[in-house]
Amino acid sequence: MHFKARAGQKLADVVLQENLRKAKSKFVDMRARAIAELDDFEATREAAKVLRDRTLDDLDLWLERFELEATRRGATVLWAKDGAEVCQRVVDIARRHGVKKVTKSKSMLSEEAGLNQALEDAGIQPVETDLGEYILQINDNEPPSHIIAPVFHKRKEEVSALFARVHKLAAKTDIEAMTREAREVLRPHFLSADMGISGGNFLVAETGSVALVTNEGNGRMVTTLPRVHVVVTGIEKVIPTLEDLATLMRLLPRSATGQSISNYFSLLTGVKHAEDQDGPAHMYFVLVDSGRADLVGGEFAEMLRCIRCGACMNHCPVYQAVGGHAYGWVYPGPMGSILTPLFAGIENAVDLPQAATLCNQCGVVCPVKIPLPDLLRRLREKQVEQRLRPTAERLALTAWAWLARHPALYALATRIGVRYLKWLAGGEDRIRVLGLAPEWTLGRDFPAPEGKTFRELYAQKH
Amino acid sequence: MRVGLFVTCLVDMMRPRIGFSALKLLESAGCEVTVPAAQTCCGQPGYNSGDRAGALGLAEKLLTEFENCDFVVVPSGSCAGMIRTHYADLAKGDDALAGRMARLSAKTYELTDFLANIAKLEAVPGNFRGSIAYHDSCAGLRELGVKAQPRALLAKMPGVRLTEMAGAEECCGFGGAFSVKFGEISAAIAERKCEGIRAANVDAVVLGDLGCMLNIEGKLRRMGDEKTRVMHVAEVLAGDPGGKA
Repeated sequence: MHFKARAGQKLADVVLQENLRKAKSKFVDMRARAIAELDDFEATREAAKVLRDRTLDDLDLWLERFELEATRRGATVLWAKDGAEVCQRVVDIARRHGVKKVTKSKSMLSEEAGLNQALEDAGIQPVETDLGEYILQINDNEPPSHIIAPVFHKRKEEVSALFARVHKLAAKTDIEAMTREAREVLRPHFLSADMGISGGNFLVAETGSVALVTNEGNGRMVTTLPRVHVVVTGIEKVIPTLEDLATLMRLLPRSATGQSISNYFSLLTGVKHAEDQDGPAHMYFVLVDSGRADLVGGEFAEMLRCIRCGACMNHCPVYQAVGGHAYGWVYPGPMGSILTPLFAGIENAVDLPQAATLCNQCGVVCPVKIPLPDLLRRLREKQVEQRLRPTAERLALTAWAWLARHPALYALATRIGVRYLKWLAGGEDRIRVLGLAPEWTLGRDFPAPEGKTFRELYAQKH
Repeated sequence: MRVGLFVTCLVDMMRPRIGFSALKLLESAGCEVTVPAAQTCCGQPGYNSGDRAGALGLAEKLLTEFENCDFVVVPSGSCAGMIRTHYADLAKGDDALAGRMARLSAKTYELTDFLANIAKLEAVPGNFRGSIAYHDSCAGLRELGVKAQPRALLAKMPGVRLTEMAGAEECCGFGGAFSVKFGEISAAIAERKCEGIRAANVDAVVLGDLGCMLNIEGKLRRMGDEKTRVMHVAEVLAGDPGGKA
């Protein structure tokens, strides 16, 4: 099923529509307040853009530096070229350490790779501990609909019913009680897991550290309680220095959730030493390519700057209307409409780059200044080049471009066209069903033209 | 100052009176206005649909027709934005053409931007009386920074009561071909926009782009709102333009 069909279902989903309306202004308003705290938001954005570009230009060098520094501190750095290799590496690590249970904090790359399924197939129990991800996991592994707020699409009543069914406890009505219940269910898992898997918001090359931005504290439990910690993240997340981390951290929580700083911020460096009170005895990094290296230096390289804040989707009118599931893969919204075709193949996501009004509400909020509408337009060009557009559309575009370069014929065609439309309106100021563009009049009228073209009226007068 | 008026294809076909309104306003501001007779389309539909070659052909046609003018003025944020911010991209790889495009881009203005900042129109001829909420069209706002200009011009009209509606800067859901490729989503976005307009309870919602105008008017009427007028800012500012259809 394609984006358009899924979107149609989502538009008809009354509960989802109500949830989307409520959630929309929350993210938008909170971000607006949070960025106002910065003396010079635009200069910080520019600095972040420049530092991300500079790093990505020499990505191989920074990754080598990261590997060196992380290894020096007792961690093991492994590389994965795609999702299958991610699963392979993680399952191998689990087997090596005799792991039966894994606790996980949020990792979008784990979603990309289908890691939970691979762990289960290998007889290892994965337990999602981010509250949203946990809710999805116990709801028959439902996919997330937002990269920051995975259960963005759900109401508390739905979660209450789910908890009562799965936990076999009396249904709770308020969110605090439900959260407490989840904590109580998760606590034994935290204490009994042999391995923790986290994502990584940034990799700091100069110290070999991973930076984690979380709000629930589960990330801290996942990365410090079990004896093995595995970080699964993309190769593009590396940045040179702690100073760079400070710049990006001024932008990430503010852009994502409207917080000056997230509730928890962890900078994890190396394995537990004799004098440390806690931390893992074994630390692994699985650094994933999955299509990223191919983007370096190319016409979509700017997308690699993305720091996964979700501001683009929060501000996207299309995302606000249909929610994240309509996009069909891990990343929804404008960033997803670019990443999905780039990672999964342009021919496998033909609708996504088209499903945007190019309003640039995403581009102006992106903390690293990715020109998202330009990249969407570039993907549309690729679709035309690769003949992925329907014949009727190709013909219409060619015909329009040809006609508009022949002013005399254009004048004749438009005169006839507007008279036809005026006739269709039948004396009314609108057309209620337009056969030429049936999609337009599904949900709105088409205002009738005045009946003559400007050019003919102007010629009569001058 | 010799100003070339590019009326845009949608004004040409759907609302000629907006073209005459723009003409009247430019003349009121003391401009010598020329309207190249063979003008058609700026190439935006092709450009946004991935047809670079088709878009480039139309960009070169427009360039030839308008490059001798001191200024090019367009009663549309998205068409002016196309010329100002995207023509250079189309000409990439051809230095001579890129240079000509850059000069054209630099002298191309959205109508209210030109009237407020370049021509410095003092006396606004229109006589509209009533309350107005302004819808900021995406390209005008985010590509060209058109925000204060139309409001400053409307504020010169004694009969106009300008109010701000919630979500004025949010997209109406038009998006060119998006509106017919994803009609349901487009209409759903328009519905939110129209809820904001209706909550503002104004006599007219005023805007600067034909695409938004057709989308918003079409949605308001389908929602049963027969009362709220949907007007281009040029119509409000100019009053009776003459040249009836």
